[in-house]
Amino acid sequence: MPQIDQLAETFSSQAFWLLVFFGISFFVVGRGMVPKVSGTMERRSKQIADDIAAAQAARDQADQEEEAWRVRENENRARAQALIAEAKAEAAAKSEKKIAAAQKRLDKKLEEADQELAAARAQAMGEIEAVATDAAQDIVARIAGITVTKPAAGKAVKEAMAHG
Amino acid sequence: MAGEEGKIDPMYQFTIKPLFGSAQWEVAGVNIAFTNSALWMMIATIVLILFVRAGTKQDLIPGRWQMAVESLTGFIENMVEANIGKEGRKYVPYVFTLFTFILFANLLGLMPLGIVGIHPFTFTSHFTVTGILAILSFSIVLAVGFWKHGLKFFGLFVPHGTPLLMTPLIAPIEFISFMVRPFSLALRLFVAMMAGHLLLEVLASFVVSGGLGGVGTGLIVSLPSMLLMIAICALEILVAGIQAYVFALLTSLYINDAEHLH
Repeated sequence: MPQIDQLAETFSSQAFWLLVFFGISFFVVGRGMVPKVSGTMERRSKQIADDIAAAQAARDQADQEEEAWRVRENENRARAQALIAEAKAEAAAKSEKKIAAAQKRLDKKLEEADQELAAARAQAMGEIEAVATDAAQDIVARIAGITVTKPAAGKAVKEAMAHG
Repeated sequence: MAGEEGKIDPMYQFTIKPLFGSAQWEVAGVNIAFTNSALWMMIATIVLILFVRAGTKQDLIPGRWQMAVESLTGFIENMVEANIGKEGRKYVPYVFTLFTFILFANLLGLMPLGIVGIHPFTFTSHFTVTGILAILSFSIVLAVGFWKHGLKFFGLFVPHGTPLLMTPLIAPIEFISFMVRPFSLALRLFVAMMAGHLLLEVLASFVVSGGLGGVGTGLIVSLPSMLLMIAICALEILVAGIQAYVFALLTSLYINDAEHLH
């Protein structure tokens, strides 16, 4: 077993070179490079954490803005609704007034027409009476051969007309 | 691979040989021959540095290599943090180096480079190497414990809630279990790596001997051995990772003891 047979003669050289090369490894790799690698990893995880935090903040802000926008939007909509209602009410009032005016005018015209009609009828009635009186006088004169005075005939006609 | 007289010695793969005529190199009277073991330590170090270097591009969006390195450091960081807590961060460089160094050593030792004439040497299959790594971890535990808690660190040997009467009995047991830690740490890795390579070597010798014995033995011995070798290779890759993980995990558990005293 060379490990034991050669122990005495090789111990010092093995120990020496092991310490040399392990020492080199320790100082170059362990002390020199490992902290750099850890630093890189730390920096990366920090950056990732920061990026996530930034994204979260941006998202929160976006949410806030959307909320604000929604409130504003709701206000605007309410205002628009109010405007529409007002305009509608105003228009309704105006049209009502117009209709009322038109109605009044129509009523007046109707009344005038009625009056005219009544006047015309009265006039026509008068004329019919006169004609009927004349006709009655003529008929009596022709059939009975008696002359009836105008007032008498008129009276008779009036009576007959009243009786319908 | 082949020992003397064409006989296959499965232990030969663990032999340490000085390279480049460096057998007599000395510093302050101590031999520091640059051996095949040292060579593979160097290769492991270089590969490790190149691998982690590919992950230090510091891109915000990681590429493949960066992703691989980051998941490895993330894995160690999680392990250390889960076992030691927030104060454990300062041990990440050490635990990471320990884990990757052992992992790369284990995996490089498994590389099938023999077919191109390079024989990988698994230095984690040497008790000297795993022992020194274990002592290193153990010294850190002791240093941290005494530096943070002073003499109170000995309270580690008296678990919380021990009846006073039991203390003389419990304390030695705890002390022994504490002192055994570096040995268990070192032996586990050493044995696991050695056993795996030994098994592969023995099976490989079966394949070769069976093949040399003729077609009949080739079919009966070599083929099943070859199939078993393939399966064990997969297992060894798993073991390479698990042993490195266990070493790093136990080290962080022991450091936790030193940091928090139970």
